This record gives sequence, structure tokens and C-alpha cells, in this order.
Amino acid sequence: MSSLYDEIQAIRAVYPDDSESAVLPALRRAQQEHGWLSADVLREVADALETTPAYCKAVASFYDQFHLAPIGEHLVEVCTNVSCAVVGAQQVVEAFESELECRAGETSADGKVTLRTVECLGGCGWATIVAVDHHYRTHVKADDVPEIVQELRGDEQRGD
Amino acid sequence: MNNVATEIVLKDATTSLAEYEAAGGYAALAQARALTPEQVTDELITSELRGRGGAFFPTGRKWSFVPPKNTLPKPHYLVVNADESEPGSFKDNEILSRVPHRFIEGCLITAHAIDCTNVFVYIRGEYSGPYEILVGALEELRDRKDIRGDVTIVVHRGAGAYICGEETALLESLEGKRGQPRSKPPFPAISGLYASPTVVNNVETIATVPPIIAMGGAEFAKLGVENTRGTRVVSISGNVVNGGNYEIEAGMSLRDIIYDLGGGIPDGRTLKAVVPGGSSTVILTKDEIDVGYDFESLAKLQTSMGSAGIVVLDDRCCIVQLGIRFSEFYEHESCGKCTPCREGTRWLTAILRKLEDGRAGEHELDLLLDVCDRINGKCLCPLGDSDAIIVASYVAKFRDEFVAHIEEGGCPFGGASSLDHVLAPVAMHTHSPVAEVPA
Repeated sequence: MSSLYDEIQAIRAVYPDDSESAVLPALRRAQQEHGWLSADVLREVADALETTPAYCKAVASFYDQFHLAPIGEHLVEVCTNVSCAVVGAQQVVEAFESELECRAGETSADGKVTLRTVECLGGCGWATIVAVDHHYRTHVKADDVPEIVQELRGDEQRGD
Repeated sequence: MNNVATEIVLKDATTSLAEYEAAGGYAALAQARALTPEQVTDELITSELRGRGGAFFPTGRKWSFVPPKNTLPKPHYLVVNADESEPGSFKDNEILSRVPHRFIEGCLITAHAIDCTNVFVYIRGEYSGPYEILVGALEELRDRKDIRGDVTIVVHRGAGAYICGEETALLESLEGKRGQPRSKPPFPAISGLYASPTVVNNVETIATVPPIIAMGGAEFAKLGVENTRGTRVVSISGNVVNGGNYEIEAGMSLRDIIYDLGGGIPDGRTLKAVVPGGSSTVILTKDEIDVGYDFESLAKLQTSMGSAGIVVLDDRCCIVQLGIRFSEFYEHESCGKCTPCREGTRWLTAILRKLEDGRAGEHELDLLLDVCDRINGKCLCPLGDSDAIIVASYVAKFRDEFVAHIEEGGCPFGGASSLDHVLAPVAMHTHSPVAEVPA
């Protein structure tokens, strides 16, 4: 029995017996372990939940935070909704694109960093918000970007 | 009306249980448990507290709709909506991060009032910081049965979907499904989570419950103005000097919020417009901000406090681009369940883009408003309606700017708008075909 299987059973125990409520937390846990939700991982989750891989994929594909394709070791998400955009979020995106030599939505050639733009992260008054491996950096300016990229290239493991 | 911050929710901010208790924390819980559930609910009704998520429903009345267990023998659930995703709103982030124990105390008092032992806090997946703080605060209560009682609080993380802030979509998501809204009725009070009676309340609503019990509903109702009692935690963002969250007495003028608390407009620019309550609310021009920040005053201007996200826009903002950016957001977040929203939001973006690029004539402007009409009031939930309402309000209040785009064959800002070329996530979606407006 894999540890993921056991962990998913522990998650299931939190919710009523006949419910599917463990699906989201189980997918999150699986993604933490594997980085993204491949067909094999979806099958593993489905087996642990006693449901089908198709059901798991149907759920996972609805939500923005689940990755159905591989991503880099680190994830950089720049909010480009209005409150961030009017104070320079696009310049921050472009600075990341230039430092990482990839476009938003892509992963740097060394596989280290996936860059993407996201909808409102809920930190509008502290714009621009950049989520680096799911933790918010506030008041980010284009000038701050080289340092963030250097830090990520310095190879720290992705947290959550 | 005073124009300084009035703190009852954010007061004595601490994440520590010892400090919270030292400042009188969890005393309101003991007070509430000495009352019957009906008495607690009555206190809320007396307080005239209305829901802080945006719909503004009277909280005490909502609680009173839960049928007693002897008439409907099913477990009751309290589900707290911490899926804060409305562009411009970040108050629940602040409440969970700074006063987690006040929030938990509110959960426990509400659980007592609605006779429930299972509380689920549905927190948006992106809020790793607040999640960790909340879980840490709950961990501190592990050995405090005197506080927890028989109540179990489960923190359930979302995974990135604005629509899950809609209460029935949230319940679907919490049940492990795609987060698509249900048709109502039945309402959650009768058949909500796991088809059982469920109260869904916003984070700020819940965090306002302990001070109400502590000071008494009647005392709370002396704060604020008619129809909007108490305080509100407002989020100020955009082109403003001091962006952040401020707890104010309801009814403070929007001008004072922006200039006294927010510090006004930076960089020597001038105010152009204000989104008063999160992206889904009708825009106000610079001449409309001498208005009380309360339900009734804003309703007179056909807008609302929504989730209290005040987005300040200076004179560099192109309103057509504002429409594009917000419309792209609704298009991206549409759950796809009903056609007017799924297709309509896409069309609004496409027509606005055509206007922005100077490829549109007068008839596209009519078409834009026609599409708004075909969305508004025809969707299962307010998501599509929101896009239609705000875009129509931009045209109504800034028609000259739309016409200028047509007459000048492009954006009159000539690339100098603060929203120029912003890359929205929707632009990265290769799997969804982009609607082309027929010539």
C-alpha cells in the first residue's frame, strides 16, 4: 500500500461515509507529491477513492490549480486582474518573460520555472501580487523580478 | 458619521490563543452558550446584521430558516464561504490572517445558534497563508474542549474557481464535484450540503458575530446607518496611495474612504472612476463619490457595496480596456452550465476587443448592449449577469469614450492607458476557440 493511498483514506475519514468530498483534497495531495496529475496519478487517486479516473479528471479539469500537464519545479503566478494591472502587473509579467526566456503559460528551457498569469489572487491592495510556489509576494515591481528568478534558480523545493 | 477606522472585527489583532483570551476572547462564546439557540438568533435579528459576502441577506433571518431537528431529522451544517475571489476584495484574507480566533469564535457561536456540530470552512485554494494561520489557530484549540465543545471544524481548500464563491456552487465543490451552481429552490437552509439543512455565511459575517454577542444586538444596531448596521471591512486598491483593508462604520462617505483612509490618488493623477464593491458592481464616475458607503445610498445609484472591494481608477484608465479585462475574467470563470453566460461573456469580450482595436462601428455598440440584455436575468447564477451589468454601466457612464474609439478608429489613449496590453489568463487558453464577431 502506498503512502498516498493511506493519506487519502485519512482524508476520506474526515467526511461523511457516502460523500465524494475527499476528491479535491486527495487531488491536491497527489499533485503535491507528483507535481502534476498524469493519467497514472489520476488512476491512483481514483482507486484510493473507489471512483473512476474519468470522474477525477472531470473534477480536476474544472479547477485552475490542478495541472493536467507537467509544470516546472517552481510555479510563478502573476495576477493580472485590474487592481494589479493598473499599477504595473503587465510589466512584471514581461520582466519574468525576459528573465526566464519564455512566455506566460510556458516553462523555462531548464525546466525550473513555469510562468503564468492568473485571475485575482485576493491581495489587490498590495499589488502587484505574485504567487511563488503558492505563497504571495506583495508589492512586486518589475525591478524585483531578477532577484526572484535568481532565488528560484538557486534550487529550492516547491512547498505548498 | 465618523471618518476614521472603527474596529470591532479587526480589533486587538492576534493569531495567538493566549493573547486573544487575554483580551477577552471566547467570552462571547460562553455568553452565547448560556443562551438558547433561539435567543442567540434573536440577538442577531436585533443587530440587523446583513451578510457581508455581497448578497446582503439578514443573517439572523437566514439562521431562523433552518428547520428544527424534530421536524426534519437530519444533521445541520454550517458552511463558511472563505472563497473570496471577487476582483478588488481581499478583506476575508485579512480577517482570517489577523483575527483567526475571532473568526473561529464566530463559527462556534453560529454552530450553537443553528444546532450544528459540523462546520466546514471552504477556503479558496490560493490562500495558502490564511489557510496555514487558520489551521494553526485550530491546532491551538485541540486540547480545549471547553472552547470547542462538540463542534468539529474542517477547513476545506478549493482549487481555483471564482464560481465556487456562489453558495450552491460552493456546496457542489465541497461535495467533490465540479463547482457548478444548483438551481434554487431548494435553498441551502432546507437542502444544502449533503441534502441537509445548511447555513452558508461569509467570513466577515461570521467574524462579526462575537462582537455582536459581546455588545448586544441593540448596541451593534446603533452603529452605521439604517439598513446597514455595524461596520464593514473595506478593501481599497488600484490607483490609491494606501491600498489595504480598513474597518469603517457603515455609511462613511466613499470620498472619505478614498481620500482620508486610502490617501487619495498617487503620481499627481486625478480620479476617473471607482468600482465600489468588487468587479461585479456598477461603476461610479468621479462625480458620484459623495455617497454614503451603505446599502441604501449606493442602491440609489443602482450600485452596491457588494463584497466591499473598492477599486480606484485614475485618468489613465481606458474604460473599454477595463470592460475587456473584467469581461475576460467572467469569460474565464464562467462554469459553462448555462448558455447565456458561457457564450455571452465570450461575445462581450470579443465585441469590446473589436471596439478597442478600432474595427467596430456604431452597430457594434448596439450589439454590445443587446448581448448584455440577452445575458442579464437569464442565467442560473449572478456570474453572467455581473458581466452584463457592469459592461452596460461602462457604456452608460462613459459613452463618449466608446464613441471616440469608433470615430478615431482605435483607442484614444494611444497605448498610454494603464490597462494597455494586459495579458489575461484567458488569452493563454488555447483550448477555447475565440469568438469572432461577424463583420
